[in-house]
Amino acid sequence: MAKIEDRELAPNASLNDDIGEETRLRMYRIQVEIREAEQRAFDLFLQNLVKGTSHLSLGQEAVAAGCAAAMQPGDLSFCTYRGHAHTLARGVPIEQVLGELMQRDIGLMRGKGGSMHLTSVDHGVMGSYAIIGAHLPIACGAAWRAQYKGQKDVSVCFFGDGTTNIGAFHEALNFAAVWKLPVIFICENNLYMEYTPIGDVTAVQHPAADRAASYGLPRIIVDGNDADEVYRTALAAYKKARAGEGPSLIECMTYRYSGHSRADPAKYRPEGELEKWKERDPIKIYRERLKQFGIADSVIAGIETDVKRRVDEATEKCKAAPPPSLDLLTTDVYADGGFAWRN
Amino acid sequence: MAELTYRDAVVRGIAQEMTRDPDVVFLGEDIGKAGGVFKATVGLYEQFGPLRVRDTPISEQAILGAAMGAAMTGLKPIAEIMFSDFFAVCFDYIANEFSKSRYMSNGQVKCPLVVRTGNGGGARFGAQHSQSVENWCMMIPGLKVVAPSSPRDVVGLLAAAVRDPDPVIFLEHKSLYPTKGEVPDGEILDKLGTAAIVRPGKDATIVALAMMVPRAVAAAEKLKSEHGIDCEVIDVRSLVPLDTQTILGSVGRTHRLFTVEENPRLCGWGAEIVSIVADEAFYDLDGPPVRITTPHIPLPAADILEDIALPSVDRIADRVRRSLGS
Repeated sequence: MAKIEDRELAPNASLNDDIGEETRLRMYRIQVEIREAEQRAFDLFLQNLVKGTSHLSLGQEAVAAGCAAAMQPGDLSFCTYRGHAHTLARGVPIEQVLGELMQRDIGLMRGKGGSMHLTSVDHGVMGSYAIIGAHLPIACGAAWRAQYKGQKDVSVCFFGDGTTNIGAFHEALNFAAVWKLPVIFICENNLYMEYTPIGDVTAVQHPAADRAASYGLPRIIVDGNDADEVYRTALAAYKKARAGEGPSLIECMTYRYSGHSRADPAKYRPEGELEKWKERDPIKIYRERLKQFGIADSVIAGIETDVKRRVDEATEKCKAAPPPSLDLLTTDVYADGGFAWRN
Repeated sequence: MAELTYRDAVVRGIAQEMTRDPDVVFLGEDIGKAGGVFKATVGLYEQFGPLRVRDTPISEQAILGAAMGAAMTGLKPIAEIMFSDFFAVCFDYIANEFSKSRYMSNGQVKCPLVVRTGNGGGARFGAQHSQSVENWCMMIPGLKVVAPSSPRDVVGLLAAAVRDPDPVIFLEHKSLYPTKGEVPDGEILDKLGTAAIVRPGKDATIVALAMMVPRAVAAAEKLKSEHGIDCEVIDVRSLVPLDTQTILGSVGRTHRLFTVEENPRLCGWGAEIVSIVADEAFYDLDGPPVRITTPHIPLPAADILEDIALPSVDRIADRVRRSLGS
């Protein structure tokens, strides 16, 4: 386990430090938005309005907020099936995310992709990938394009601890390191693969960081429940990548409040573990952080109220939205817009 | 007009497209400094440099994943998977990723890429380096699947594949690499989804792909000279898109259909063609359609065994002759 403890601010800490007020308020807003939208997705699932499956990031909000806040426009995100958080963090409207989960025409992909494949190219969200490990090589390819064309964007690839045991993880890490690609691999270690503790099935204690040396990369472990720590670490990695100094592998220690997917009540967790992690809830930590910096309670409450209102509005909009039109069934299989395979 | 080998046609096709478009890049194992294990990429590294012709580790998932990521962000990559049998270790990208991303994203993600690979038998490489895997790819919505049989088609269809906005699986036949053919000078650009009548005839239609095309043509010549049977041979060239009209038109004239497939029998592409003809041209047929295939077996290494496994000139000719009752 990474050493996780509440961080005291230095006596002379200033809100206008390396992160600054604007970014901090933004990171708080992102975290609250993810929390509220994910909780809403869960509620809508219980009402049978979200169908299929969904994989929530409740408890892991700080990773998404810190990594996204450190990005620049044009940077690319590659997510897993647990990708709602990273999609929202890039500024994709809530109703487009909930709409996709609710299989409505206003959904991001108009219901053709579903919860596990959220994609918004306009926001730099280059897809959510539901086959473990698949998107690590894909992120390498996007980074190769940036390198080849002399563009300065970075490709940021998010995945869980379970991904570190599949071949594509190792192929991608080696590939990225050899080609010195501007790609950043962010492992969200939430301690559980799906239902099985990652430690039970992994040869090293830190499934990502302890493998970094194999690819000539530094061992980086960060408190994934502290958005400031995530932000600083990510920013440094992005800077390194933009400078042509190659990839980074960052392991963020965090915890998933809900089960693996909607079907999982997470009964395998030891008693008290969830409660212990909730004491270090990322939003609670960050609210205290803002207060320590002297942000007024009214400002904090204002963000929370505004986000809740927007999630409510998005929910109502989705409920009122029509389902996808039936002609979508056969569109966009091929570039001509259709599905013709013969003359 | 110059006579080129099939392998030199690959070099020429790639070079033509890389010269035309700086966004065309090429990656794979041993393709650069080594010039390719089949010597089908010789000189490209020297001509286009290490930034555009990139040697990779033995990491097929990384190769196809990187090609996809580059394609979806603006490049036009050509990826080489050395042997098509190795598709099995990177099939996620072929079956789940670049084939489906356009659909799943409602048209947002585009993957204009080409996967070149050495396909097919005849080289005595045994069961894991000899397969014809076109059916693995043909059944996946979102892919285009091309397999040239001549040096000219290699250049023209490769150019069409590189310029196509969809992911294209480009199956080069390993045993055709040393074969020669006339290739016109200058730029060649063919069209996907067009079959070619490579030998006109009136008594039967033989539909073939890749290495089975020269064998079908040789069988047709034999049938003509020995039995007076005049066969029309169609080179399918492109399984997806599939030019059914050329096939249906031919069957409408000859009234008999034979497919010659190198793949093992079950679910071979010939079954799809027979199904289409049965459905849409049943009353044009004067006899049952016949599929000539490799049996439902892994391919053996020994030459005498492999030679009886793959459809041969004699087997094709004999099967057609028996069906026509001559």
